[in-house]
Amino acid sequence: MSITVYVPGDSSALSLGAEKTAVAIASEAAQRGVEIDLVRNGSRGLFWLEPLVEVATPAGRIAFGPVQASDVPGLFDADFLNGGSHALSLGLTEEIEYLKKQERLTNARVGIIDPVSLEDYLAHEGYRGLQNALQLAPADIVKQVTDSGLRGRGGAAFPTGIKWNTVLNAQGGQKYIVCNADEGDSGTFSDRMIMEDDPFVLVEGMTIAGLAVGATQGYIYLRVEYPHAHKNLNAAIAAAEKAGYLGADICGSGKAFNLEVRLGAGAYVCGEETSLLESLEGKRGLVRYKPPLPAIKGLFGQPTVINNVISLASVPIILDKGGEYYRDFGVGRSRGTLPIQLAGNIKHPGLVEKAFGITLRELLYDYGGGSATGLPIKAVQVGGPLGAFVPESQFDTPLDYEAFAANWAVLGHGGVVVFDDTVDMAKMARYAMEFCAIESCGKCTPCRIGSTRGVEVLDKIIANEDRANNIALLRDLSDVMLNSSLCALGGMTPFPVLSALNHFPEDFGAE
Amino acid sequence: MSLIRDKDYGTPASPSEKNVTLEIDGFKVTVPEGTSVMRAASSIGIEIPKLCATDSIDPFGSCRLCVCQVEGGRGYPASCTTPVSQGMKVQTENAKLNQIRKGIMELYISDHPLDCLTCPSNGNCELQDMAGTVGLREVRYGYEGKNHLKSEKDTSNPYFTFDPSKCIVCSRCVRACEETQGTFALTIDGRGFDSKISPGQNEAFMDSECVSCGACVQACPTATLMEKSVYQKGQPDHSIITTCAYCGVGCSFKAEMKGAEVVRMVPDKNGQANHGHSCVKGRFAFGYATHPDRLTTPMIRKSIHDPWQKVSWEDAINYAASEFKRIQEKYGRYSVGGLTSSRCTNEEAYLVQKLVRAAFGNNNVDTCARVCHSPTGYGLKQTLGESAGTQTFDSVMQSDVILVIGANPTDGHPVFGSLMKKRLREGAKLIVADPREIDLVKSAHVKAEYHLKLRPGTNVALVNALAHVIVTEGLVKEDFVNERCDIDSFNKWRDFVAQERNSPEASEIHTGVAAQKVREAARLYASAGNGAIYYGLGVTEHSQGSTTVIGIANLAMATGNVGREGVGVNPLRGQNNVQGSCDMGSFPHELPGYRHVADVTTRSLFESVWGVKLEAEPGLRIPNMFAAAIDGSFKGLYCEGEDIAQSDPNTQHVQEALESMECVVVQDLFLNETAKFAHVFLPGASFLEKTGTFTNAERRISPVRRVMPPKAGYEDWEVTQMLSNALGYAMDYSSAKEILDEIASLMPTFKGVSFKKLDEQGSVQWPCNDEAPDGTPTMHIGQFVRGKGRFMPTEYVPTSERTTGKYPLILTTGRILSQYNVGAQTRRTDNVAWHSEDRLEIHPHDAEDRGIVTGDKVAIRSRAGVTVLHTLVTERVQPGVVYTTFHFPESGANVITTDNSDWATNCPEYKVTAVQVEKVAGFSQWQNEFQAFTEEQLSMLEKATAAG
Repeated sequence: MSITVYVPGDSSALSLGAEKTAVAIASEAAQRGVEIDLVRNGSRGLFWLEPLVEVATPAGRIAFGPVQASDVPGLFDADFLNGGSHALSLGLTEEIEYLKKQERLTNARVGIIDPVSLEDYLAHEGYRGLQNALQLAPADIVKQVTDSGLRGRGGAAFPTGIKWNTVLNAQGGQKYIVCNADEGDSGTFSDRMIMEDDPFVLVEGMTIAGLAVGATQGYIYLRVEYPHAHKNLNAAIAAAEKAGYLGADICGSGKAFNLEVRLGAGAYVCGEETSLLESLEGKRGLVRYKPPLPAIKGLFGQPTVINNVISLASVPIILDKGGEYYRDFGVGRSRGTLPIQLAGNIKHPGLVEKAFGITLRELLYDYGGGSATGLPIKAVQVGGPLGAFVPESQFDTPLDYEAFAANWAVLGHGGVVVFDDTVDMAKMARYAMEFCAIESCGKCTPCRIGSTRGVEVLDKIIANEDRANNIALLRDLSDVMLNSSLCALGGMTPFPVLSALNHFPEDFGAE
Repeated sequence: MSLIRDKDYGTPASPSEKNVTLEIDGFKVTVPEGTSVMRAASSIGIEIPKLCATDSIDPFGSCRLCVCQVEGGRGYPASCTTPVSQGMKVQTENAKLNQIRKGIMELYISDHPLDCLTCPSNGNCELQDMAGTVGLREVRYGYEGKNHLKSEKDTSNPYFTFDPSKCIVCSRCVRACEETQGTFALTIDGRGFDSKISPGQNEAFMDSECVSCGACVQACPTATLMEKSVYQKGQPDHSIITTCAYCGVGCSFKAEMKGAEVVRMVPDKNGQANHGHSCVKGRFAFGYATHPDRLTTPMIRKSIHDPWQKVSWEDAINYAASEFKRIQEKYGRYSVGGLTSSRCTNEEAYLVQKLVRAAFGNNNVDTCARVCHSPTGYGLKQTLGESAGTQTFDSVMQSDVILVIGANPTDGHPVFGSLMKKRLREGAKLIVADPREIDLVKSAHVKAEYHLKLRPGTNVALVNALAHVIVTEGLVKEDFVNERCDIDSFNKWRDFVAQERNSPEASEIHTGVAAQKVREAARLYASAGNGAIYYGLGVTEHSQGSTTVIGIANLAMATGNVGREGVGVNPLRGQNNVQGSCDMGSFPHELPGYRHVADVTTRSLFESVWGVKLEAEPGLRIPNMFAAAIDGSFKGLYCEGEDIAQSDPNTQHVQEALESMECVVVQDLFLNETAKFAHVFLPGASFLEKTGTFTNAERRISPVRRVMPPKAGYEDWEVTQMLSNALGYAMDYSSAKEILDEIASLMPTFKGVSFKKLDEQGSVQWPCNDEAPDGTPTMHIGQFVRGKGRFMPTEYVPTSERTTGKYPLILTTGRILSQYNVGAQTRRTDNVAWHSEDRLEIHPHDAEDRGIVTGDKVAIRSRAGVTVLHTLVTERVQPGVVYTTFHFPESGANVITTDNSDWATNCPEYKVTAVQVEKVAGFSQWQNEFQAFTEEQLSMLEKATAAG
């Protein structure tokens, strides 16, 4: 009987050499006449261990990592196929502390299954949510989602059930489900992992959304920089269509839902939902004003659910296990789990899906193992390039939308980027402004002109040019951007800028 | 007089009928649901600062100056994009809001040239106003930062400049180009700080798709897009509202003046035909009024080969009168006649026909509508009971399916074309029946469902085929027909069109349009909630022009598409006052108000008011006049504002007729083609120099107001009056107002019309009388004017103008956006930058057969004559069909058109001429003769100038 070996095909593993590792394992096995079944699974999200090779043993899957191609002959020598001991052996995968302590609901199958195998998906509780949804009236599906307490994981944290209900009740001929897969925040990758490593869960989630609001067409707006996700999504869609999970008659229910992937063109601002819709319609990615909400007048002017990948991928488990089940995780008004992405200057970068309530300190040290350089962590930026810099003094804040808001910070999409104490926060503030200047769609004045002027003012501050007045000007500018920008790009750029200035005044020349 | 500054509410009005009451800065205000907070505030005089918002286009929410605070709401929403809600409490001004606004203005000004004092917008700049309003006192960023101050100015358009250094990227121009004009020529290139306005793909304005309608210039809040005339002359100091003298849309304009000089023509926001929009002609091409070619001194001569003699008005009038009297004495009462013009005012047209009837004592009066829309008058009168279109232009915004037959609105009626395109972008379906692929068939965000690309001359066959489908597929609106129409006539018509020979399959051989396509188009039109038909000269200028008009009316009645908004039969009138000149009794058989001269009651009414005995027999139509002239029985013509030598078919025949006359009196702005055959030249006044009214294609009577004194001293009606007096029939009007009052007293449909009403209402659509004191936007509501709608069978009779081995192609004619009709006006403006000569469009197949490539000189030979043009090889025309425009006299387009005409009205068959096309080296004999004659006539003029 052949032994199953897992070598991730996820792009984080690939970038660390997984392809060569896989080739080496296959050829080594062939050379040695050992029959193996090589599965290209997704990543477990333990990036410092990638390429993380797993072997199926009667005791469970045993992990080895990081495995470079050069390690392969040695592994065979050590009989790793039968769990033989080796320096790279990590023991049973499920028992790795980093993974064991997680609460993987949305990412339940990530790293475990062959991402594009419908069979594998079904064998791992896939499409159970859809089967339940098919038995429910649309309003009852929406109720499950509402009861779950799920809030938009893209960053705005708007209650998903309320959004769906608006679309359900909206008058309109053709309704749409749009998945925002333009994951552009620095230090984030959870959308990518879902789409590469378990694309069916997104397909299922969108199908359920379609049933819930009466939409028969869905679009995944995918950033062009995710070619592996593109490939896997298309493979999953094709397989789902073939098996009757998509198309004119979903599972014989008589209900229709079709799905298509559309690629973006490299604009960060197209992750903003209204400019995403413009782009999806084939226009320039300009932000629309609201109201009207996309739920009322969205894609092509029709009622549209637009949700982030993680929000939609969380729906199948909610429909499978019930809203209550999901709701039991979390704290306060932040229910369920959040896939947190640890990145930057951190020893153990990776994906940590945990119920809301865990503190930053736990994440940074218990999971992350402190900074990669070993130097003290000075600040973390949570929530992407528009998120505030959080100083060490606030590391005990639990991950909870409201608690973060109270600190004038955001959780955003759950990306955590770590900086050690060599960072110059004035330069980080300048970087934030520059990011806004580069990515501004140019529609509204505060963002279009303000971000460019912001860079210039910060340059003057850094050059110690009339510092006090320029800091005052920077604060005034931030106030204008914050209060009058059309969308979050201009409106939230002051978060990193002012948090840097407020928490680290010494980097801005304060005595 | 002062400069009219229109109030800008910031966002368009909401159409909702439901009202909402809210409180703004402590004041209660009730507005329609869907109104923006900005507009609601503006309606009670609270003007929230704004730059990107203007009420002609949808809100955009980009400048962010208009932030406000809503009680209980979060943040500072933009008031332009925030709809009102019941009980809402809004603050539009406080320290915080002011701080934000100041901050925004500080950003704007940090990238704007500080040359206000020398800027053409000085005194009329929204950016300047806003800086003042928010109290901007310093720009702390300095001016050394990144900026656009060195951007290059684009001066390629002859009428306006584009200076990107002054641009604030509010996108008003882009949005106006999209929403108002529908051309989509402008976009924003780049993003963020690098965003800039880009015509086409970063082209110069003239190289882009821009049609120079001026909507962008109108929308620009700064001097970025600015009329060159304002650069040269400065800001105007007063303005007068008047009506455009170009096409039948009849746009209302503000003539913005300095002294007696027009600085610019600005489309009037309150104009009911155009709602603040314009085209390149009305907006910019007014320079002809002050062109050096204008003749301002009366002239006479014995023979057309004599030099002109400049004389006093008195001498000119007396000479003309004595000649007419001499001719009538010698050749009889019927040997003279007059022509009114669709370019003149109602009052002028009325007066000319009155002169002919009362002073000449005959009915030899006709008008240029003879050669354009006379079949409309006939066909609609016969079927519906009134010689006019049934709708307002705005009606198109309620249409679900629009059928355009033989019309090219985006070129011929551009402002209405834009409105139609707006409706099409909203989702209305379009069917185009035209031999040529006009722009509407496919342009930005507009695409016809069906283009019925028929062969020229087969309109009736096509209309019958459409009717056949409606009748045989059960698509007739039986209730409507039973209730509103004459059932006998319907049954007869139904039986006629139901015959197999009228089926799409049987008609295909004539029309060349696939039967299936005709069936589908008929179903689409008939099944529309609101189906509207728009047609133009492609319908009327045929041997069966009247038949097609009748056929169109039949279609509309059978499908119940008459008598409400969104439907109807809509002739798109060519010139500014085609409707009016017809209304005014310019036809030889009709007194004002379409009443036959044979009708005793009508005649005695006019006789009593005019104090003269009227002739009961209809007079000569234009072609009859020509024939009679050549026969020797018609010797004198008073021609006001028309250029028959260029515009009428078979030019050689017209020339011969003119040469046969003993006294041709031309009253015009220029020495036009007809004037070259004249014995008396009476200088006319441009529309800017006179008072009166024009009636547009939707029966809208709009005021023409004098903005400058007549260059030659008299308004045209005054000249007619002088001539009448000299002829011995006394006229004593002291103003155009008195003429209009007389018209109102004699025409039941005009009874309520007066300048006072026009001053109050802006314009009014006739019928305007006791039953409809505010006018009649939609006709035939509840009942047709003639009582029961009358169906008439429309037998298709192929034109005798057939293609043969010798003349294998069909020539059809049309016009182009930048030029107007015979071009006398537009050729004397910078519009020649777009169209400097008439070209022959020919399909690549036909070109290939003849070895022709674009730019080749070709002879176009018909049974009537031959002329030479340069070619444009294009698939816009179908194989077997060639096309040209007729804006330049030297083109001789009418040298080749024939004498064939509509059976009912003699409207010439301009649209079908069998021709052969061949490559040649030189011009035609006619063209050479024309050139020699023109040179001779210009030298006669020069000699007069020297002598004067």
